[in-house]
Amino acid sequence: MGGEFMFFIETTISGVMAGVMYSLVALGFVLIFKASGIFNFAQGVLCLFAALTLVGLMEKFGLPGWLAIILTACVMAGVAWLIERLVLQHLVNQDPIILFMATIGLAYVLEGVGDIVWGSDVKVLDLGIPQGAMDWAWDNWNLYVEKLEIVAAFVAALLVTVLAIFFQKTRIGRALRAVADDHQAALSVGISLRSIWVIVWTVAGIVALVAGIMWGTKSGVQFSLSLIALKALPVLILGGFTSVPGAIVGGLIIGVGEKWAEVYVGPLVGGAIENWFAYMLALAFLLVRPQGLFGEKIIERV
Amino acid sequence: MARQPIGDILLKVERITLSFGGVTALSDVSFTVREREIGAIIGPNGAGKSSLLNVINGFYHPQDGQITYKGTTRSKVHVHEAARTGIARTFQNIALFKGMSVLANLMTGRNLKMKASILEQAVYFGRSKREELAHRDYVEEIIDFLNLESVRKIPVGRLPYGVQKRVELGRALAAQPELLLLDEPMAGMNLEEKGDMCRFVLDVNEEYGVTIVLIEHDMAVVMDISDRVTVLNYGKLLAEGTPDEVRANKAVIDAYLGIAND
Repeated sequence: MGGEFMFFIETTISGVMAGVMYSLVALGFVLIFKASGIFNFAQGVLCLFAALTLVGLMEKFGLPGWLAIILTACVMAGVAWLIERLVLQHLVNQDPIILFMATIGLAYVLEGVGDIVWGSDVKVLDLGIPQGAMDWAWDNWNLYVEKLEIVAAFVAALLVTVLAIFFQKTRIGRALRAVADDHQAALSVGISLRSIWVIVWTVAGIVALVAGIMWGTKSGVQFSLSLIALKALPVLILGGFTSVPGAIVGGLIIGVGEKWAEVYVGPLVGGAIENWFAYMLALAFLLVRPQGLFGEKIIERV
Repeated sequence: MARQPIGDILLKVERITLSFGGVTALSDVSFTVREREIGAIIGPNGAGKSSLLNVINGFYHPQDGQITYKGTTRSKVHVHEAARTGIARTFQNIALFKGMSVLANLMTGRNLKMKASILEQAVYFGRSKREELAHRDYVEEIIDFLNLESVRKIPVGRLPYGVQKRVELGRALAAQPELLLLDEPMAGMNLEEKGDMCRFVLDVNEEYGVTIVLIEHDMAVVMDISDRVTVLNYGKLLAEGTPDEVRANKAVIDAYLGIAND
């Protein structure tokens, strides 16, 4: 087999894996959007905050990784509770745009708190997740496959399966969707808005923790981590804001598309396509299919 | 099936006053409903009919007065409490979960009847799954009852208005309510749909023994199906009694037809 072909495979695999990493971030957005109709601007910062807390607990208190992960998950639940108490509770029945503005404020607050508590230097996150090339792929096929990204793919697949079942099959999942649709109607059938919001923000916080772990292991825990939220945007536009599987497929398309564009189209236009290709793709998609691949089409009766 | 006799007082609203800033929506309104009764609230637009329903189910908290439901007296009801103690309702401007199927909408009505914890649900195993299936059976019965079989998988946003109204009734029924509040269940319907809805309301009352309070503008319907009629005007109680009494009441005639000038 020609080296050319192997290179194509390698590019594709690395695209798929990068896509999985984007999907992890996009998932958090989808969860909150599905359950409350809010576009949560603070999702990227949640990832950062979770990763910072995790590293902080391990460094400052010398806790083992697994314990630190459990504690961080508890912290994220606490954050969710506080968000509901201090912010969302006062904004019941408000327009989505007002809730969106509130999440912008939230992003700044969380970033500030993270800075004050854990400091702003770049930290290394080492949970013992294997990194580097997969040996057998390298030896047998001369393929470079990153171990960390394989782990990330497995974790993402697991998360998505659990979340999809949770949303489709259970009472709480249905209550989440109900709250997203109509606050008043949800209240009238006895759904407690407050506990639903705490639950969904906790789940989003835990998804953020997983994304934070993967990205933090890959490129260190630093404040620019919150910017990966920007890469999740085109993923959401492609996959649809309300679809968990959409977040995954969208991520894969963006990841692979980005790498192919960089390698095969890049040289023709002077390179560096990778940075903006995703946004162009999203823009094109908005023209053709604004609800995304799997999003719910909004039907308005007039 | 013969209709069961009307029982004791189920709900008693006494001297309720509700205002928003300077606007008084309800002033000194009292109102009772007995078990298995169909009570109607009528009155011109802005008379405070919906406000009264909102007070009963806890969306609004009145400034004054008290509400006695099933023997417990409170100065205000919380929405959650109302739902838990068996009060279900529909809305004037249909409030369904538009993106969800008819089936899923009705399943939300079972929300309070389900007991599995969040952890059990997260793994969707054992009790959580059994429970889901049992409730599904109950909901399918309601779907049969309301003739919604053909649309059960369709997102409600796509259904015609009249059918949506029926789905909303179904969701309220799924909660197995003791007291059902219907806010203009027949508004905007054509004659045939109105006839169907009337029959459903009567059947719900007879077969399930549910007490019903409804707001309706169609006088023929109101006089036909209700046991007692309460008339509100400008937030005040104007008259109360059987349909015949209300029909003959001079104050009601004046409010509806205007006072003759001769």
